[in-house]
Amino acid sequence: MNLLTVSGSPHVFNDTSVSKIMWGVVIAMIPATLVSFWYFGLGGIIITLSAVIFCVLIEYLVQRYLLKEAPSVKDGSAVITGILLAFNVPSNLPVWELLIGCIVAIAIAKMSFGGLGKNPFNPALIGRVFMLISFPVDMTSWPLPVTNRMVLTDAVTGPTTLGILKEGLANGETVSQISSQLPAYQQMFMGDIGGSLGEVSALALIIGGLFMLYKKIITWHIPVSFMLSVFMFSGILYLTDPEHYIDPVFHLLAGGLMLGAIFMATDMVTSPMTYKGMIIFGTGCGILTVLIRVFGAYPEGVSFAILIMNACVPLINRGFKPKRFGEVVKNG
Amino acid sequence: MLKTFKTGGVHPPENKITEKQAIKVLPVPAIVYIPFSQHLGAPAKVLVAKGDKVKAGQLIAKGEAFISANIHSSVSGKVQKIDEVIETSGYRKPSVIIEVEGDVWDESIDRSDRISKDIILSQKEIIKRINEMGVVGLGGATFPSHVKLMVPEGKKAELLIINGVECEPYLTSDHRLMLEKGEEILVGTQILMIALGVSKAMIGIENNKPDAIAHLTELAKNFNGIQVHGLKVKYPQGAEKQLIKALVNREVPSGKLPIEVGAVVHNAGTSFAVYEAVQKNKPLFERVVTITGKSVKNPGNFLVRIGTPVSDLIAASGGLPEDTGKIIGGGPMMGKALVSPEVPIVKGTSGILIMNREESGRQELKNCIRCGKCITVCPMGLEPWLLEKLVINENFEKAEAEKIVDCMECGSCHYTCPSKRPLLDYIRFGKGKVLQIIRTRNK
Repeated sequence: MNLLTVSGSPHVFNDTSVSKIMWGVVIAMIPATLVSFWYFGLGGIIITLSAVIFCVLIEYLVQRYLLKEAPSVKDGSAVITGILLAFNVPSNLPVWELLIGCIVAIAIAKMSFGGLGKNPFNPALIGRVFMLISFPVDMTSWPLPVTNRMVLTDAVTGPTTLGILKEGLANGETVSQISSQLPAYQQMFMGDIGGSLGEVSALALIIGGLFMLYKKIITWHIPVSFMLSVFMFSGILYLTDPEHYIDPVFHLLAGGLMLGAIFMATDMVTSPMTYKGMIIFGTGCGILTVLIRVFGAYPEGVSFAILIMNACVPLINRGFKPKRFGEVVKNG
Repeated sequence: MLKTFKTGGVHPPENKITEKQAIKVLPVPAIVYIPFSQHLGAPAKVLVAKGDKVKAGQLIAKGEAFISANIHSSVSGKVQKIDEVIETSGYRKPSVIIEVEGDVWDESIDRSDRISKDIILSQKEIIKRINEMGVVGLGGATFPSHVKLMVPEGKKAELLIINGVECEPYLTSDHRLMLEKGEEILVGTQILMIALGVSKAMIGIENNKPDAIAHLTELAKNFNGIQVHGLKVKYPQGAEKQLIKALVNREVPSGKLPIEVGAVVHNAGTSFAVYEAVQKNKPLFERVVTITGKSVKNPGNFLVRIGTPVSDLIAASGGLPEDTGKIIGGGPMMGKALVSPEVPIVKGTSGILIMNREESGRQELKNCIRCGKCITVCPMGLEPWLLEKLVINENFEKAEAEKIVDCMECGSCHYTCPSKRPLLDYIRFGKGKVLQIIRTRNK
């Protein structure tokens, strides 16, 4: 007679797993990755590959030699952090600076908290913000798309759309004066603009987002509430003074908003767990983004906004509980 | 749009392998083990002793407490001994062991096939008869049926709900019963309506049984006040509170019984047992059991005498498959893993599911990635990840405040968890602890 397994119910499980979810996110990032290769050429490829290799390697080494536990790099989460870091830097960033960003992201922001699932902040964002503060010049000189495909150093660089706007307004110009220097919305939607690798094409990011929605990796709550609150807040500002505040569509297409709303804020580990909480979180991200962009010192605020909201997640989880069955009795 | 409940729920693969297999009668076994406690509540008090001759249908243990149920012999023969026998739960329970001799039934049982539609008993007599005949809820919870029919003072029953949902994957015993004994189930429903003093009954059946929905809808035309409703397939719709929500959109308050919203729920199989008890004077000593599994040679639905060893049923389905890893009493979501194929089939056994070795294990445990899927699927609106954490930290006070007791152990959270965390194992443990704390507090 065989030995029988005796365990508590349930006895069947669905076929999702952490690694399936993580590799699903990687697949969702393919369109934006390809777009970055198309516009930024060799630089894009080198940055993306290095970031992924660094992140995976650092995670492996930390687990193997520092934590002395079984490495779990196969789950794909380090690959995601790598691609997201690449998405968040210019294509001509020196590789050693990128390496430091990867070390901060994986070793400090992720593994020191206990690895996947225990980190309070999005590791890629911590890495990016660390690089932004440490290497402000390299992190904010953006190679122009297409023209720099085969160039690795001395690329022709320019400011991002948000940079142009911020500087113009600071110099006392009006929005209509500045807009002549700004790319058309169609260009911004397709990605034919200067910027970080992964943030340029709204279209590619939206395709990835739809894929994750279809695969039930994310729900609509965070991206939609994030974008909607940016649209509404910047829309209200625009209506008060269109010469001083740019229109809301620009805010949606510019900078890292799509990337942040679709891929960064939706990170399961660092976002709330209930639908109500997700909407609060997304709305908070949106409001903070506009506040930083319009009134802050930096032209872009998505990273900071998400990190600040990451810090609020435990509080949101505590404050916004699901509706208990049979709690409020409404009989009809 | 088909009706269903709103909060949570999952849709595991249905695997209703045996839905086309007509009910076959399993031959009377050589020996039966009949535990005194096959129901929720106090065990019944034994009435027979070693050496006694018994007939099928004879009362062998009496349910004396308010919440208890009578136990009848399922066979004729001689009481070999009264001893402790390992039962579905894995524990040893006092049981009557009967050596079978022939198949003589108590004379008072009407064994004819004629469907008896005229209900002559009064409300009180019906409840008394159901109590005498040892009928308990056959959906799995085995709550004594007559207790559910006695509406507490100050409450009023408005509606009877017959549960033909059978939301557990694999199981088809209720499905077959509804197809083959539809008219009897409807008469049983009418009896239950009289017992409760209600004029309306709803039968809820999930949409994966269109033949049963069509059949009962057709038959119900000849019965006053009985409606059949198709429901969207979603687990755990067969849970009382979820079924009431799906059918009439009323929410039973936390910690309360369905009667709070005027509803009483009985299983379709129970309704058939009630028919047999009241119209045929037949105690509950046999039931339909599904024997199924991907490696089972001849899976099917069998009418089985209570107390039959599971191994007899397995033999009838072509023997225990070579690669058996787990034998489950019940369905794969809420069933209990059996410790041996020798345990007896009891009133609450709706199916025996044999899983192969590959399906039987659990997968590697990962950190919680805080995806929140357990919250999304919890039909009670709880936070399984939080309850797990509170139980691990032995913070039972907080667990109580987070409504751990509301958990009905449907297993949707563990089923869904991408990190394969045994959420329900922890919650079940914590629930036991919290109930204990509540009991001592109330003393």
